[in-house]
Amino acid sequence: MPRNTSINSVLIIGSGPIVIGQACEFDYSGSQAALSLKEEGIEVSIINSNPATIMTDNVIADHVYLLPLTCESIEQILQEQQIDAVLPTMGGQTALNLCIEASERGLWEKYNVQVIGVDVAAIEKTENREEFRKLMVDIGIGVAKSQIANSFLEGKEAAQQIGFPLVIRPSYTLGGTGGGFVHKKEEFEAALSRGLQASPTHEVLVEQAVLGWKEFELELLRDNADNVIIICTIENFDPMGVHTGDSITVAPGMTLSDRCYQEMRNQAIKMMRAIGNFAGGCNVQFSVNPENEDIIAIEINPRVSRSSALASKATGYPIAKIASKLAIGYNLDEIQNQITKTTSAYFEPTLDYVIVKVPRWNFAKFKGANRELGLQMKSVGEVMAIGRTFIEALQKACQSLETGRHGLGADGKQLRNLEEIMHSLEHPSSDRLFHIKDAFELGVPLESIRKATNIDKWFLTQIQELVTLETELRRYQLNNIPKDFFITLKQKGYSDTQIAWLLGNVSEDDVYNRRRELGIRRVYKMVDTCAAEFPAHTPYYYSTFEEENESVASDKKKIIVLGSGPNRIGQGIEFDYSCVHGLLAAKQAGYESIMVNCNPETVSTDFNMADKLYFEPVYWEHVREIIELEKPEGVIVQLGGQTALKMAELLESNGIKIIGTSFQNMDLAEDRGRFSDLLKSLDIPYPKYGVAESAEEALEVAKKVGYPVLVRPSYVLGGERMSIVINDDELETAVVKLLRNLPGNRVLIDHFLDRAEEAESDSICDGEDVHIIGMMEHIEPAGIHSGDSSAVLPPFSLSENVKRKMEEYTIKLAKALNVCGLLNIQFAIKDEKVYVIEANPRASRTVPFIAKAYDVPYVNIATKVMLGANKLKDFTIERKLKGYAIKEPIFSFDKFPDVDKQLGPEMKSTGEAIRFIKDLDDPFFREMYAKKSMYLSK
Amino acid sequence: MTNYSKLPAILLLEDGTVYHGKAAGKIGTTTGEICFNTGTTGYQEIFTDPSYHGQIMVTTNAHIGNYGIADDESESDQIQIAGLVCKNYSVNYSRQLADSSIQTYFEKGNLVGISDIDTRSLVRHIRNKGAMNAIISSELLDVAELKKRLDSVPSMAGLELSSVVTAKEPYYYGDEHAPLRLAILDLGIKRNILRNFDARKVYAKVFPAKTTFAEMEAWGADGYFVSNGPGDPAAMDYALETVKAILASDKPLFGICLGHQLLALAHGIRTVKMFNGHRGINHPVKNIIENRCEITSQNHGFGVVAEDVEKSDKVEITHVNLNDQSIEGIRVKGKKAFSVQYHPESSPGPHDSRYLFDEFVQLMESSKPVLVS
Repeated sequence: MPRNTSINSVLIIGSGPIVIGQACEFDYSGSQAALSLKEEGIEVSIINSNPATIMTDNVIADHVYLLPLTCESIEQILQEQQIDAVLPTMGGQTALNLCIEASERGLWEKYNVQVIGVDVAAIEKTENREEFRKLMVDIGIGVAKSQIANSFLEGKEAAQQIGFPLVIRPSYTLGGTGGGFVHKKEEFEAALSRGLQASPTHEVLVEQAVLGWKEFELELLRDNADNVIIICTIENFDPMGVHTGDSITVAPGMTLSDRCYQEMRNQAIKMMRAIGNFAGGCNVQFSVNPENEDIIAIEINPRVSRSSALASKATGYPIAKIASKLAIGYNLDEIQNQITKTTSAYFEPTLDYVIVKVPRWNFAKFKGANRELGLQMKSVGEVMAIGRTFIEALQKACQSLETGRHGLGADGKQLRNLEEIMHSLEHPSSDRLFHIKDAFELGVPLESIRKATNIDKWFLTQIQELVTLETELRRYQLNNIPKDFFITLKQKGYSDTQIAWLLGNVSEDDVYNRRRELGIRRVYKMVDTCAAEFPAHTPYYYSTFEEENESVASDKKKIIVLGSGPNRIGQGIEFDYSCVHGLLAAKQAGYESIMVNCNPETVSTDFNMADKLYFEPVYWEHVREIIELEKPEGVIVQLGGQTALKMAELLESNGIKIIGTSFQNMDLAEDRGRFSDLLKSLDIPYPKYGVAESAEEALEVAKKVGYPVLVRPSYVLGGERMSIVINDDELETAVVKLLRNLPGNRVLIDHFLDRAEEAESDSICDGEDVHIIGMMEHIEPAGIHSGDSSAVLPPFSLSENVKRKMEEYTIKLAKALNVCGLLNIQFAIKDEKVYVIEANPRASRTVPFIAKAYDVPYVNIATKVMLGANKLKDFTIERKLKGYAIKEPIFSFDKFPDVDKQLGPEMKSTGEAIRFIKDLDDPFFREMYAKKSMYLSK
Repeated sequence: MTNYSKLPAILLLEDGTVYHGKAAGKIGTTTGEICFNTGTTGYQEIFTDPSYHGQIMVTTNAHIGNYGIADDESESDQIQIAGLVCKNYSVNYSRQLADSSIQTYFEKGNLVGISDIDTRSLVRHIRNKGAMNAIISSELLDVAELKKRLDSVPSMAGLELSSVVTAKEPYYYGDEHAPLRLAILDLGIKRNILRNFDARKVYAKVFPAKTTFAEMEAWGADGYFVSNGPGDPAAMDYALETVKAILASDKPLFGICLGHQLLALAHGIRTVKMFNGHRGINHPVKNIIENRCEITSQNHGFGVVAEDVEKSDKVEITHVNLNDQSIEGIRVKGKKAFSVQYHPESSPGPHDSRYLFDEFVQLMESSKPVLVS
């Protein structure tokens, strides 16, 4: 069936602020959906309260509504726009829920809007566990044994029937509250009472726990003619028991026979057909008993998901883009394969490489949190790596994580305590993967590791092989490693740094130079959906060590944009927003734009965004080889957050041009001592400070600068490990702890301006002129991390004099730091005096917010300025904001019930929302402002 | 055993291209036509598919051998491919239902292979240069000597291979009390075809390739099936005669792959050796009669000439390939005969096309003379 011509205007619902479990994958799907519909001549409206998204940009949609995700907002849009259909499957559970609520309120009917991409009536069947179970039984699909219990007695009976281990799932609680695994009979009664109490309806589901079974996910697409295809099969490295969002996952399936896989495929198709008649995407999760290959269904999600973003990047098949076309009536056989452009979109992608996804956790930010992984997702981001072997992809993923590791072990950070290792294997947390390797190194037998982890033996043997290789490598010195063996090591994903560590007494550069002498270099292969069966044209590459290189460097002038890696607290979607705009601006300025990033959730790793995408770790060794191949004019590091910025020094020392502000000036802004000297010479006030390398020194500094003081390590992200202390005792404790955790680091001690106001400015400087993008005033007083503060654009209570000072200092600093591009400055204001707390010569978290609020493409302008393609005076900038825009931080504390929710200098929020208000009488603002005095009284 | 400690091996193509890799399977030398399969599951089914007889198989999946070998998942009694070329050869496996490792299986089955090859570049090469012969050796590492041996290998075009892989004697499959009887012409049949008929209550007698129609008819079947198999269909006059005779008998007839090509040849439609065959488990096919799509399992290096089919007044097109518009299925006008180029029995591959077995069984049922008592 060709496109449904009655649909000319579509509303896409976004997923709102980033929270754990719902991250920028929905910006990717929303953006793809919008572009896919626009391609068909459809007018696209978007609602999302998250300003740091690409999908809410004018380049993506025709009408952008940065409004709270409520029925009231929906009705407002329906009144203002002639909407024919709503597509609620691109914005996660948030969007689906809003769609259902609007449907229950009769909004769609009232405005004659068709719901496309999902069958609303069937959603209940996928959400309610008992309904789901019944449906599965009806269609003959296996499910875990389970029973509903409404009383203590019923619960005990159920447990007797089902046996241990089992899971208790209280009904109608959010995010699995009150539920959990029960391994032994003795634990059951307490767990049952807890579950019954947690449920508002005093009801729990007692379910057989298939702990240790293998876990798989399938991504499906279905069209109106009921044709179904499987886009990707994802195998979980971590077996059942760890939430799939917290599991290391692999594609394609590594340990599945065709017989078992086809059975799973049949069941998935059957399940999708059972949840209503709709055209779109769907995700199905299965569990397989490794003993007899019995399959049971775990859940089905009738929408695009985090896994479908991963599957799109893993296969090259853009699920959201195609799902949108199906939602407006096309059938799969009427659409072209987006990569080959010659074959059909009705086919199942096949891979000739392996992808590994590893989640990124941020437990350090959630003190007191239970770090054990289980039913509830706890990771804040993820990385994906591509290799020609599983182990190569796995080691590349470890290099992508930015957790200070250089691969899977072999970097001096191994754990040596057997007891701790074994405990970690049995109680999965963020570093279990590394501890598996550590266990092998200590000689723990494979079978013991398998028993402790239930991880499939095949995966474990791959890791075990590394230990053998390392033993062999230790027999050599750098200059006598046989070439063949050297290649094997690189094919197994070892970084030059790991090899250097294993050899001892040589540096990363020594290893790098030696392998260059031997001619061992990376080649780049294309992700083409079809294992090279057909020629493909999409410039989407990954590296490996083999014979043929498919990535041919063009002779155009090029710019490389370094991405921001995995999402984490303090560095999230905002930086991806800036990277995407950097790419687009570089293209407009006549460059071939090249993206390097490893985060599968993002828009920047959409292979349609850059002219060329390298899906590679933002890790020096990988970056340097891409640069060698491509020979770009320069590299943009100021858009990708700390990840990219960290690379500046190495780029500089290797003679590679940094676009915009120079490394020396960025370093000047980071170096507390030199920066303070600069402020002094510019006559700009700053809080008294000092640097200490021991507790004794710290006490002396504190005496000089005066309590309260802010204590922190130098070079931090999102206020990591920062604290405010008020006396010697507290200071001593804080410093000792810091130095223990970060040995060799220096501690910065600033006088803390108590009860001060905080504000910040973002600006662009072209070397001659400085343009202030915007100034924001924080509602909370100083002491709360800027990322966790509610902030108002423009300032609402600062005096004219203060604002003038802020402007003056911004311009002075931009010029003194020779900024070329973006600059963010944090201010503290006390008694009408303006202090500069810090200056960051890069895109900040607030730039996307201001760009949205004022409706000005600031990152585009900044990129053209840093490229030297334009001067500020070339642009006419017209701000469109009426009233104020409030940035509201959003937290994911519900995932960590035990965590201290008090805010402080360390950032804890995972996302943000934008709220426009006409004036300061707005009730939302009044309420926020009222909370401020609460902080002040603390 | 780490990669590094494995023995060296060489792959030489007819056009002189050399790849260096590591020995996999038995140490030795082997020759055949090189082709590639893009499936990510089902290597064991591929190795044992008689249609692959005499071919050197390049598997594009990054790892091969991970889930071992399970004795009851073979498509015939022995390994049929002539050699294996892969990237990562896994002698370790984890599957609890497996019976042996791929290495043990290859050693027992005398299969020579080569691993640690840049299979992606190899596939790109074959894709551009077309099908050709190749030699693998893990005992002879002298390229000139290998070239000499390779020169003596015949081209697949014009090669008749069914008589090599077919049953030596007729045999039965299924329940002898089943309501329907099917006579099968075995040109290299995959076992899963038999399993599919058995599951639909069909009792089959499998006849060697060179059986005449008269011998088959004597058994008294409700329908005939012409199987898949290796080699060039144009070199199989004997089978063509049998197919023509079946058609003349007016009994239901179903052909798969080689069987499809023979049904086409029987109606004056030419077959041709393809530049690159279709081999994989993700090939899109559209049933244009019912306007429905299916993901199919394919394995063929020859195909029917599309323009002949289009011009033919005797057959009509039922299925087309959505990637290259090639003919995937035909039925004979006014007859109870149809065939498909792909493998509805899959194994390996998706089960989307199993309905064809249902349709054929229904056709047999409805054509069965009603007994009047």
